[in-house]
Amino acid sequence: MTSPTSSASARRPDRSAARALIECRDVQKYYADYHALRGIDLTIREGEFFSLLGPSGCGKTTLLRTIAGFEDISSGVVLIDGQDMAGVPANRRPTNMVFQSYAIFPHLTVAENVGFGLRRDPRPAAEKAAAVEEALGMVGLKGYGNRASHALSGGQRQRVALARALILKPKVLLLDEPMSALDRKMREQMQVELIKLQRQVGITFVLVTHDQEEALVMSDRIAVMFEGQIAQLDGPEALYARPASRRVANFIGVMNFLPARILDETENGVMVDAPGLGVVEIPSRNISSADPGDEGPSIGFRPEAVSLLGPNVAAQNRVTGGVIDEVVYYGDMTYYDVRLDGSASFDGKSRPVRIAMRNVFGREVQDVGTRTRVSWSPGSLILFR
Amino acid sequence: MAAGNRSEAAQGLTLVAPPFAYALLVLGAPLLTLLAYSFFKDGYLTIIYEFTLENYLAVWSDPIFHKIMLRSLGVAALVTVVTVALAFPVAYFLSFVVSSERKPLWLFLITIPFWTSYLIRVFLWKVILGYNGVVNSGLKSLGIIEQPLTFILYNVNSMVMTLAHAYAPFAILPIFIALEKIDRSLLEAGRDLGENRMMTFWRVTLPLAMPGVIAASLIVFIPTIGDYVTPALIGGGKIPMIANMIQAQMLDIDNRPLGSAIAVTAMIIVAALSLLFLFVNRRFLKVRQ
Amino acid sequence: MKGGGLRAYALIYLLFLYAPILLLPIFAFNSGTVIAFPLKGFTTDWFVQMAGNAAMRRALTNSLIIATSSAILATCLGIFAARATTRFSFPGKGPITGLIMLPLVMPEIIISMSLLVVLLGLGVKLNLLTVIMGHTLLCMPYAVVILTTAFNSLDRSLEEAAYDLGESKWNAFRLVILPLVMPGIISSLLMSFTISLDEFIIAFFLAGNEPTLPTFIYSQLRFPKQIPPIMALGTVLVLMSVLLLTVAEYFRRRGVAKTGGTDSGGFL
Repeated sequence: MTSPTSSASARRPDRSAARALIECRDVQKYYADYHALRGIDLTIREGEFFSLLGPSGCGKTTLLRTIAGFEDISSGVVLIDGQDMAGVPANRRPTNMVFQSYAIFPHLTVAENVGFGLRRDPRPAAEKAAAVEEALGMVGLKGYGNRASHALSGGQRQRVALARALILKPKVLLLDEPMSALDRKMREQMQVELIKLQRQVGITFVLVTHDQEEALVMSDRIAVMFEGQIAQLDGPEALYARPASRRVANFIGVMNFLPARILDETENGVMVDAPGLGVVEIPSRNISSADPGDEGPSIGFRPEAVSLLGPNVAAQNRVTGGVIDEVVYYGDMTYYDVRLDGSASFDGKSRPVRIAMRNVFGREVQDVGTRTRVSWSPGSLILFR
Repeated sequence: MAAGNRSEAAQGLTLVAPPFAYALLVLGAPLLTLLAYSFFKDGYLTIIYEFTLENYLAVWSDPIFHKIMLRSLGVAALVTVVTVALAFPVAYFLSFVVSSERKPLWLFLITIPFWTSYLIRVFLWKVILGYNGVVNSGLKSLGIIEQPLTFILYNVNSMVMTLAHAYAPFAILPIFIALEKIDRSLLEAGRDLGENRMMTFWRVTLPLAMPGVIAASLIVFIPTIGDYVTPALIGGGKIPMIANMIQAQMLDIDNRPLGSAIAVTAMIIVAALSLLFLFVNRRFLKVRQ
Repeated sequence: MKGGGLRAYALIYLLFLYAPILLLPIFAFNSGTVIAFPLKGFTTDWFVQMAGNAAMRRALTNSLIIATSSAILATCLGIFAARATTRFSFPGKGPITGLIMLPLVMPEIIISMSLLVVLLGLGVKLNLLTVIMGHTLLCMPYAVVILTTAFNSLDRSLEEAAYDLGESKWNAFRLVILPLVMPGIISSLLMSFTISLDEFIIAFFLAGNEPTLPTFIYSQLRFPKQIPPIMALGTVLVLMSVLLLTVAEYFRRRGVAKTGGTDSGGFL
């Protein structure tokens, strides 16, 4: 089941062959004059942990609510499990939702909350109670059934919301920014639990988040959205390593950009000249032509894709000299702003680049003003043209 | 819920229709009828459905109307000033001194008298302030005065007192809400920038509380002008206000067109004054907190 | 203590607010026939005399009928208005809400006179129904204010969650929204009941020959001999109001606590 192109295959099951569970075809949504969704085409596969990532107002929540049935679409098609959802109201769709506020019914106990959707279930009460207890156990809340729900902590509320949605065994679980109400520690813990839970139940999860780290940690695939459109849909590694545009690159992590001159198209890629880096051949898979921007072509690289060489370390890649402009020490990491030699050669403007170094044992933090050497390889550069 | 904007509006309108229809029927239509009547002729116990401006001319040239309208405005203005001035320190105390867990209790205590029978409260003021009332009889039995104090009797003073009491919560609550909205760090900033307590109050607190003061003034002023019970009971019927005049024209004299014209005129005057008041204070209302 | 002067002022102000209400029971139990100091002796005669008054009992029955009907009608209409304005946006929302809330600032004399003119013009006989009509109009804005607070403190996603979990819209409303706003509904009922019970002007002009408690009291105030029993009746009336309000406040606060909101305190 391993595919050579998917770098995710090492730790995530490859689902490129799984059948499509949710399909959006040219989905448009208008609110009066406001064009919230501008032609969404999207396929979410069965069993996948899928994330909709983007800044606030990009339409990700609207898209999620469209799938849930809380918003109807202005045009286009939404299919769930092959069935057209037009005219199917939210209470009849095979989806359940974990709300941003969790929407725990404050007048009901934990068990009554979790069992809320079983009201019309014809099973006898004892069986239903067992199902509730099982669902509570699944989210680590065994024995909490009789608690008053308004006394729960943020993390517990989220677990109740999860149990309440999962007890109905939906085909899709929709999660609307479920971590935004939690503090950092709790958030990291719940992220891991949510991944485990998703693997355990095997239900397709669709997560909305504005937190790129969260999306990278949790998802099999991520759709990055800007202004009602999908800017890139890819696995986490591909998204990080080969962003389709400067905007995606900037939204997900940090990226250095240097202006570039295109010299020649070659068999394997493009020859470019970049200030400080000189003439380089960029391999074709690292070339992104989706960015229209008026800044002209540019070379981008992640802060951790290059490294500072210590005084006595031999170079293995290409090396450029430079001067350290700024040092920011983070404990586990140190960030350097380095002015590469010749970086002002294009237009007289000198652009320091950010370089991240892990503070491993024996590696000294270098000082501001020090001359240093930067090691890099053409394979870690991306050309935006 | 799977609904676009149009059906969202439709659902909202359907829901709001019953209360709206009720208000339209029981308030809107009668008010329009009042307006229509004010342009009809009075035919002694009947109404002649003929357009005329006579009623308005009669109202505007009537010295009694002028006198009563001016008295009503004067009393209402005086009541407003007194009520708001007395209420402001209480609202300030509630907002800045009372701890947040005690606030609901204080607010409850302040609103309770307001919900008890208005009629009984007004009557009790008469009992308190009367010639042989509680104040006079009390002071006399304590030997402080020989003769009953007359300046508190059946006059504008006692009416102002009674009305200021009746509308007290109306004045406290808006000011309290405005004060509550003030970001406390603004006051600290004021003091940090070198102003003393008084000047901080004057330059920061008061301007930010003005929307509440303005709301309080209008909330007291408008119903006070239309008060019927207080002039009837406290004023002993000898110093009628505009409400008593409307009632007398409508029922006792049974000249409904003229009564309607008085009512409409009074409403226009009050509305115009309120708008003028808002206009004068518009710079305070621009501050959005 | 912080704000000592202000606190003293506030306490004196409270005394001013409560002065008339505190005097009421004093004279209701005073055996003197004139409302003046010094007090004579203790008596409960005035209460007995009032309880035996047939006209008073009739007024009481009328008042209870009117207050109960107006409270129910105003609260039902208030639920519609509060639900519509908190949950939906629709054209003309401002003017529509404005008209519904207008009785709050409109002098009662104008409300009662204009309604009276129409009713007389239509030849409608004045009775309890016409008072209920007026009182429902008067109580409606208060009900709307209380219920709007109750509906507003609800997270909209609660209802969506119920719907998402398979319930119909009506059941989502019945199972989730209604229980959560129930304290607000009770609070609104009690509040409207109290307002109607104490209301004088509309009852005075629209009741025809039927007395209500306030109009009965008003009619008795002309006779000095009747004043001590009226003090007794007033005491009972004020006690009832305070009791109802305390219960209403209790339910309002419980509602706030239930939905996990913070208490901003007080009515209005």
